[in-house]
Amino acid sequence: MIRLERRSESSRAMTYLSPILALVLTLLAGIALFSAMGVSPSAALYTFFVEPVTTVYGLTELGVKATPLILIGVALSIGFRCNVWNIGAEGQLTLGAIFGSAVALYFYEVEGFWLLPLMLVAGIIGGMAWAAIPALLRTRFNSSEILTSLMLTYVATLLLSYLVHGPFRDPDGYNFPESRIFHDSAILPIIFDGSRLHLGFALALLVVVAGWILISRSLIGFQLRVMGNAPAAGNYAGFSQKAMIWLSLMLGGGAAGLAGVIEVSGPIGQLLPQISPGYGFTAIIVAFVGRLHPVGVLFAGLLMALSYLGGENAQINLNLPLAVTGVFQGMLLFLLLACDVLIHYRIRFGKRSAIS
Amino acid sequence: MTLDFIVLALLTIITAATPLVFAAMGELITEKSGVLNLGVEGMMLTGAVTGFASVFFFESAIVACIAAMLAGTLTALLFAFLVLTLQASQVATGLALTIFGVGLSALLGQNMVGIAYEGLPTLSIPYLTELPIVGKLLFGQDFLVYLSLALPFLVAWFLYRTRAGLILRAVGDSHDAAHAIGYPVIRIRYCATLFGGAMAGLAGAYLSLVYSPMWVENMTAGRGWIALALVVFATWRPWRLFLGAYLFGGITILQLHAQAVGINIASQFMSMLPYIITIVVLVLISRDRNKIKLNAPACIGKPFHPAA
Repeated sequence: MIRLERRSESSRAMTYLSPILALVLTLLAGIALFSAMGVSPSAALYTFFVEPVTTVYGLTELGVKATPLILIGVALSIGFRCNVWNIGAEGQLTLGAIFGSAVALYFYEVEGFWLLPLMLVAGIIGGMAWAAIPALLRTRFNSSEILTSLMLTYVATLLLSYLVHGPFRDPDGYNFPESRIFHDSAILPIIFDGSRLHLGFALALLVVVAGWILISRSLIGFQLRVMGNAPAAGNYAGFSQKAMIWLSLMLGGGAAGLAGVIEVSGPIGQLLPQISPGYGFTAIIVAFVGRLHPVGVLFAGLLMALSYLGGENAQINLNLPLAVTGVFQGMLLFLLLACDVLIHYRIRFGKRSAIS
Repeated sequence: MTLDFIVLALLTIITAATPLVFAAMGELITEKSGVLNLGVEGMMLTGAVTGFASVFFFESAIVACIAAMLAGTLTALLFAFLVLTLQASQVATGLALTIFGVGLSALLGQNMVGIAYEGLPTLSIPYLTELPIVGKLLFGQDFLVYLSLALPFLVAWFLYRTRAGLILRAVGDSHDAAHAIGYPVIRIRYCATLFGGAMAGLAGAYLSLVYSPMWVENMTAGRGWIALALVVFATWRPWRLFLGAYLFGGITILQLHAQAVGINIASQFMSMLPYIITIVVLVLISRDRNKIKLNAPACIGKPFHPAA
């Protein structure tokens, strides 16, 4: 018989060991998965997790893919700490991309150093505006932000589809549902020659630092932690739950919006019907794997970015379906949540002893 | 509007509402036991892909539906093991289940994209089915529709008229008290969660075998989440849930037939309707805190760890 025995206090070591354990288990599950699919596991794992980062270009691509994941992951982990479940980051990302693109297209062929900052701000505002809806509905009408933010993701995707088929469509684009390709001054500068690694990655690193300061070194971060761990104590201390909800969703929306505008003005360079392979959802996994801590999110974001690169690489070289990436990501989160039991409990085998 | 149009509209409402009835009714039982499973979308997708694959493999619609239910049950078992045995966060695990289900179903279904299925066999009673207007509506549906019509009776009877239903509600409202009396809280929650999984799997099968009928990646398009919202909308009552599902079916009509009656709005805006209505309905219900408090299972989402 296996049974769980509560630890007298949660294990700090296990908090950090659990993601590593989960990763090892995911790789083992991956070996089983690849064997079942009739692919040599060693070759598949190499193609998936090693080969993409054996070149300098591969490493820069890792940064490109990790940028939105880190940006959103840092912000989401702040909300998750006080149990605000913004799972609509994908929609907020979409709105950020739409707002940023609107600025880029409005000032098409206008030169100016001010254009990019204006686009980034527009993107942040777009994401925040979209996240303000669930925030308002939660604080004013007590509606679950889980459901509202997710519903809004579908609405955002349809809105994007409408815009690229209609008002934002390239007038010279033979009716393809795409916007004009952005003018040079609306494209993020490349920070590493010969690659696609853009200024957005540097912004993501800045956000990691800012998030770390907010959580560990500010009163707001303290309030967030108290409201998450002991809401009653927080209320008694006079911390406002509504303020925490608004703060969490505004940070999440702003970061997701920023990620969205960075995607369209960075690697994509125009507005398309699909601008993200689900970064907003993967960022949820990133937040958990990163232990809801900005520095952890940085590493988790790079890991998840690797799973995207690996998926693409495996598709090209081994003819494996791209969906394998999603399975890996889902398995990792599942196994992580399972391993997290070790933080609070010990696993004991055999019958309960007389004295416990 | 002609009579034919109305019959057509009612048929569309039924097809749109049926998967919601299954998924939401399953989730209602799960939530009544005190477990919040946000993975409905993932379980539905797994059920949809399994059902679609099985109907070609076993060449039997009934076996396909059973296979889809089994697939939903298996994914629910995964969820239940994590949250009930390992005490993981229900919200996080539910999200994980959805993300996993999306990926897994896409992987399993990669070779089935583009294949069409002729749809489930429908009831055909001589004379009755050929009746004008009501014939096709009442006597020409597939067996899943009839099952979904029986479901609110069964669930309401189970919850409010049987001892097992009473115990289930007790576990959901006060797990400590139920445990103290000697009911196996965890085992009961396992059963309720697995039932939810089976129903979500069946809902998925309905989508891939009747509604579409084919397999498309991510074909549930948020219906799992709408089902979750419906449970709140229904304030955890089976008959209101059933009505809610048909209300949503009605909205789908607007979407499909708006062009036919001459409303000229971009199709994307019409497609937004179900999601926007879900939000509106959710807001209308949950703004009354007392109503939610009175009706929601008191222990929903709370982990249960028996004190030694």
